[in-house]
Order: sequence, then C-alpha cells, then structure tokens
Amino acid sequence: MSVGVHIPTNMLYLDNVTVSFDGFKALNALSLVVAPGELRAIIGPNGAGKTTMMDVITGKLRPDSGTVFFRDSIDLTQFDEADVANLGIGRKFQKPTVIESLTVEQNLDLAMAGNRGVFKTLFFKQSTEQYERISEIVSLIGLIEKRSDIAGSLSHGQKQWLEIGMLIIQEPELLLVDEPAAGMTDQETELTAQLLKDISGERSVVVVEHDMEFIKALDCHVTVLHEGHQLAEGSLAHVQQDERVIEVYLGR
Amino acid sequence: MNITQGHWWRSDRGGQWLITVIAVVTVMVPVLNLVVPEDSVFHLSTYAVSLLGKYLCYALLALAVDLIWGYAGILSLGHGAFFALGGYAIGMYMMRQIGERGVYGNADLPDFMVFLNWSELPWYWLGFDNFSFALLMVLVAPAILAFVFGWLAFRSRVTGVYFSIISQALTYALMLAFFRNDMGFGGNNGLTDFKDLLGYSLQLDSTKNALFVCSGLALIGGYILCRYVVSSKLGRVLVSIRDAESRTRFVGYRVEHYKLFVFVLSAMLAGIAGALYVPQVGIINPGEFSPINSIEIIIWVAVGGRGYLFGAVIGAVLVNYGKTYFTGAFPEIWLFFLGGLFVVSTLFLPQGVVGLVKKRTIKRQGDGHAKKEALPETDGHTSSKEVSS
Repeated sequence: MSVGVHIPTNMLYLDNVTVSFDGFKALNALSLVVAPGELRAIIGPNGAGKTTMMDVITGKLRPDSGTVFFRDSIDLTQFDEADVANLGIGRKFQKPTVIESLTVEQNLDLAMAGNRGVFKTLFFKQSTEQYERISEIVSLIGLIEKRSDIAGSLSHGQKQWLEIGMLIIQEPELLLVDEPAAGMTDQETELTAQLLKDISGERSVVVVEHDMEFIKALDCHVTVLHEGHQLAEGSLAHVQQDERVIEVYLGR
Repeated sequence: MNITQGHWWRSDRGGQWLITVIAVVTVMVPVLNLVVPEDSVFHLSTYAVSLLGKYLCYALLALAVDLIWGYAGILSLGHGAFFALGGYAIGMYMMRQIGERGVYGNADLPDFMVFLNWSELPWYWLGFDNFSFALLMVLVAPAILAFVFGWLAFRSRVTGVYFSIISQALTYALMLAFFRNDMGFGGNNGLTDFKDLLGYSLQLDSTKNALFVCSGLALIGGYILCRYVVSSKLGRVLVSIRDAESRTRFVGYRVEHYKLFVFVLSAMLAGIAGALYVPQVGIINPGEFSPINSIEIIIWVAVGGRGYLFGAVIGAVLVNYGKTYFTGAFPEIWLFFLGGLFVVSTLFLPQGVVGLVKKRTIKRQGDGHAKKEALPETDGHTSSKEVSS
C-alpha cells in the first residue's frame, strides 16, 4: 500500500471546498486540516454537509471549487472511489454495510490490504501471515467465536465492529467513520469509543457523530459544521461555550 | 491455506453429485443408442440423443447466466445473443463444408449468396473454412461483443433494471440486423442444410453421439470452471458487488473490471453452448436472438435456484423437459405454463428447486449443526442493497 516512510505535515487538507446541488450549497467554502495520527470528531446538525464532505474526500463527488489534498501532495479530486481507497483512505458508512452472505472471516479477507487486480484475486491464496492478521483483528473487534459465522447473523453492534475491523485491516492512513455509535447500547458505545482511540495515533481518524456522550468519550478536537462551512473548532468544552454553536446546534 | 468454506471442490457436495450424474449420462446415452440393439426396451432413439444433447447445451447456457446473475447480480436479458453468435460461428464453418454439394453447386459460395447474386465471399466469411479458426471465433465473437458492451455499460455504472433493458435491446437489435439479407448471414432462413462437421456426416448416429459426448464434457468443464471462479476470492468480490456495490468500491475494488471479467467469461461459455447446439439441431437463424429466448434462460435459472451453479443446470433440464412434454401434449398452453412457472418460482421458491430441497433437509435434521452448511450461498434477494450515503 501507500504507507510511506515520510510523515506528511497534514494528513488531510481541505481548502475552500464548495459543492452545490442545484444552487444549494451543501459545502460552502469549507476548510479543514487533519494532522497525522489525529483523532477528530465532526459534529453538526442534519444537512450541515458532513456526508457531502466524506463524499468529496472519497472521490464519490467532485467539488465545484476548492482543493483537497491527502498526505500534503495527493490531489484527491483526481481520483474515484476505488483509487482513493487504494491510496489509503477507508470509509465506514452510517448504516453498517458488511457483506451479509459472507462469513466474518471472508469479509475481513476481502477488505485486507493487498492487490485488488482481477486475476490476482482469481488465483489468490491466503498466506499464514494473512490468516494470523485476521486472527488479530477478530480478537480486537471481539468476534473470535463468530469468525466462521455468516455476517448476516451478527447483531447490529457486531456488524458495526466488523465494519470497523474491515477498515483497520484495509490499513488506511486515514479513516472516515460515519456515526459509528448509531443504534449501539451504552456499553457498546463506550467500547467503540475506546477502539477508535486505540487505532488513532498510528493513523488519522475522522469521526462524524451526533451523540454527545460518545464525543465526550473520544476526548479529542471537535469541528462544528453548519450550512456547509466550519463554525468552530477546538476541544469539546471550548466549542460548547461558543455562542454560535449554542445557537445552531447544542442549544436546541 | 485457510479459506473458510474449505476446499473449493471438496466442499461442493451438490456439484460432485451433479458431475457424477452428467458423467454417467454422457457415457450411458451413447451406449444405449449404439450398443444396445434397437429391439431392446433399453434402446435409446437417436432422436432422444439429440434432444438430450440440446438440454446439455441449454444447461451450459444456464450456467453462464447464473454465473453473472446469481453471483455478480448482473441480470442480462440478452444472453441469447452470445449463444447465437457461437452458433453462427460454427454454422459458418459448416456452410463452408458443404462446398459443391449445395443446390447451386458453387464450391466457394453458400447457396444463399449465389441466390443473392453475390460474386465473392464477404471478408468476414474468410477463414471460416478452417475448423480451428471457427472454434476460435466461437469464443472470440461473443467475447468481443461482451467486452465492448460491458465496458460501456459497467464504466458508466449502468446497473439493475437499466442494464437488463439495454441488454435486451442489444439482442433485439442483433436479431433485426441478422434478419437482413445483405448482412450476409442468410437472412431470416439463417444457416442450414449442413452436411458434415470435420468430414463426419451429421446424419450419422455416431456423429450425433459424438456431439452429445462433447456437450456433456463441455458442461462438466464449464461447471468446474465456474465453481473455481465463484469459490475464489474473486467470487467473493462478485458476491460483495452483488450485495453492496458501492461498499465494494470503497474497499478499493474496481467494480467495473470485475463485472467485465465475469461478463466476458459468461459470454464465452454461452458461445460454446451455442456452437454445440447448432450442429445438433441442424439450423441457426435470427430467431435465436429473439428476446424471449433470453428471458427463458432467466426462468431456467430462477426455477433451478439462482446462485447455485448446479441449480441452474437442474432448472435448464427440468424446464426444457417440461417444454418438450407440454409442446407435444398441450401445445397451446405451453406459454401459460412457462409464465406460471416463473410466477410460482418467484413467489414460493425464491431459491428455486435447490433452495426447496435444502430447506427440507434442514427441517429434517433440525439441529444446530446443519445450520451452517444449509445457509445459502446467496441471500436470494433480487435487488442489490445499495449503500445510502
């Protein structure tokens, strides 16, 4: 993969990014910088542009204007979803999307970093290292006993974890995680926050979330989005005292 | 080493059973026809040999469709086109084999060209007097069409019902084109009056049996190939595309390349099926491109069990046996029966006959250990669950 020795100054750099749909500006001159190894939470009311921002970063949408750089110099607007994934950006969707008719192990095997070419996968043989790598991940996400089970038979929380496991085994340098705690029990939420904290550091993690308890548990820098641009940034305590933030979001 | 569903071949019980049956049939049918004396009750008529041979070709075609529909979620309603192209390729060779024995006695031109007052063979007929070249074209012609069509469609992310509609339009357009006399493929009469193949007369029982054996071997080979593909990691990428296409993209797979690969492979299998079919029925005409033929293939697969390779084979044989019986006994109700079959299998047998048998087996065993094995390879839903984002 693209894991270089060189550590970039910025893992992700968005400057002045604008995306409009029929005149409606989903992103309005948005700027955002994420450092290597950083864990960043993004909050904002519905329609603030969180998902659009992820779509732009992962190559699903082209911005009307603005620049999007990954690892200082890679212009992400030039690539599509598969390219962006192979550059080292993983994305987890709000709704858990694991491949339900495959087993936990097969899901992880599919996501594991490696050659994505058609003929390479046709003649693919799993190596011992790869088998052990999957073992590490299933134990990390607490699914050791479910390893050979069909993913469709997992509980909602377990599917969320499997998907996080698929992200980790993909070995991205940047993870984009959309509402990982949605539909989880309190205990699961806590474990998920811990898991995300553990995996940041080695890589950058951007979490979009509504749940304030969860954000508190993440204990990291928070960016508040509103109407497609950045309203405030800083620690959770800091943004919670910001007048504008209280007005549009927290004080509802 | 540790692919979870075990060895790709050893774990496929249904496939082993199916291959055994086909192998036995492939050996026994020629024995019953050629060795057993005609007055014995065990004698099989030559008509039956060709009929069974036809079923085997249909089964190979159904296998090709199940590979893309059952595993990659690509519902092609134009797969008959690739079957027909394979048939035309071998038909052109057999036309050239006729030589001076045609009605007009022209060694270089097939009868219909003489009839149209053509003075020389069109360029695209060149080479078809050579059997190896014709065999190559059986694979290459469907592959090129599938590649170009698939490349355009998959690159533009045409999926679901839109893909089905344009694939149907493709085969319809080809049918209209092949109906035209100046296309140089015999117009609405197609290619027929074949005399021999590789110098062996098509009228001989031995030739018919040889064609039957070839069909059986092709089906076995096709099955093993498809089983290998769907059991590989590539097969799991296909399932992933079927169930969550955009998710697969975000994992980093080039969905369009995978779809194109399996679509071209499927088209080539369909071409082989067509090439084996035409010598056994003795004619190929533009009717083979008719959209209804392509839809029938879908019914075979749905009845047998989409997403189970051996289900496609069983479905093709069952439905075609039904067709032979009904068109003989009650010709006027055959189409109603076919339509009814599709409705019934969609409503009550979402996983086809194979799914039904599997469900029964679980019920009888009724305990936990059966659960894992009995879980179907597919979820049986026709729509792919897309990621909302």
